[in-house]
Amino acid sequence: MSEKIDVRGLSCPLPVVTVRNKLLEIKKGILEVLIDTGTAKDNITRMAVNADWKVEVKEEGEEYLLIISK
Amino acid sequence: MWKQFFISRKFIIFTGIFIGISAAVLQKLGNPANMGICVACMERDIAGALGLHRAAVVQYIRPEIIGFVFGSLIAALVFKEFKARSGSAPLIRFVLGFLAMIGALVFLGCPWRTLLRLAGGDGNALFGLAGLITGIWVGILFIKSGYNLGRNQRTYPLVGWIMPLIMMGLFLLLLFRPQLPSGAVFFSSQGPGSQNAPIFIALLVAMVIGFLAQRTRFCTVAAVRDVILIKDTYLFTGVISLLLAALVSNLILKQFHSGFQGQPIAHINQLWNFGGMVLAGLAFTLAGGCPGRQLFLSGEGDADAAVFVLGMIVGAGFAHNFAMASSAQGPGLWGPASVIIGLIICLIIGFSMSDLMKKKKEA
Repeated sequence: MSEKIDVRGLSCPLPVVTVRNKLLEIKKGILEVLIDTGTAKDNITRMAVNADWKVEVKEEGEEYLLIISK
Repeated sequence: MWKQFFISRKFIIFTGIFIGISAAVLQKLGNPANMGICVACMERDIAGALGLHRAAVVQYIRPEIIGFVFGSLIAALVFKEFKARSGSAPLIRFVLGFLAMIGALVFLGCPWRTLLRLAGGDGNALFGLAGLITGIWVGILFIKSGYNLGRNQRTYPLVGWIMPLIMMGLFLLLLFRPQLPSGAVFFSSQGPGSQNAPIFIALLVAMVIGFLAQRTRFCTVAAVRDVILIKDTYLFTGVISLLLAALVSNLILKQFHSGFQGQPIAHINQLWNFGGMVLAGLAFTLAGGCPGRQLFLSGEGDADAAVFVLGMIVGAGFAHNFAMASSAQGPGLWGPASVIIGLIICLIIGFSMSDLMKKKKEA
């Protein structure tokens, strides 16, 4: 089962911190993250990949959906 | 593929090197010593040119600031990242920008100039750097405690265009230099404000930096913050590259003069070199990024970052009008007091906009 969080509109570094805390909490599984800036997308992707999570990026209009899994 | 390249480790290193070399070269071409690029000082000079303060030696419309916004705007448009957004506590951001500028002018430099002063051999900058890191560290404590300025909202495109349009206005004032009966637009005839690289070279170099920084998300405050907060060294590598590139360039261009006494546009009161940058570091961290980053964000449509920039420019006016800014002789009459008051205001903002206050209420 996947969980979903929405970090749209949050200033740096809250998107990456929020997602990082969630990943540390769930440890395994799938996390869907809704994002609205390229900066948050890059930061979260880099953080998750460095922590050995797989990241899939889907562009949805002007927003992004990251599917992070382990 | 290009998008991946821009966020690679190699590219952030390239960006840091480009900024470091550019700063040294802009100094060689006429900018003040150890101030090839200084976001705070250059915004302060703009405030002076507009007559927001009357410190006659620091008045000039710096094309570097304009170029940062234009370069970021172009990158954001090309890569479809220009998004007008606003509404995340703009007035708090204005206050944070105001206070960040006060702190920076007590030290005499923003985080960018801290690095460039170090690269020029100015030992006093070590105390500024220590203050900056301390301020960032305090900010991180608030972020860990749930500090949040709230979400922004997508808004009309025009809102995102306001800052680039202001910069266009400034550029026209720089080119045509109208002389009004009040004396504005003011341009220094002596002192740091009279020292400047050729307009179009400075503009072009700054536009390239703005472009690169928008793509790499370059930020001197996040560089330190991310290492401590999320153990990420990506931006830190960029900042170290900047420092080393500026150092080597200064050595080659014979602009390196090590020591503490008699350093250009600097003072030796280490307590307030440190204290000023604690305030600046904390205010930048609470606002989400260094002054350069705020310019790059305002170029990609972030109106809250634009409000922070305006807070800095107004803060520069107050800093000089109310004797808060330092000079080569040391802190201004009200500099130390303003840093202490500024720190108290930042702490109030940090406490009241984090979970700490909620927990206290629940208890």
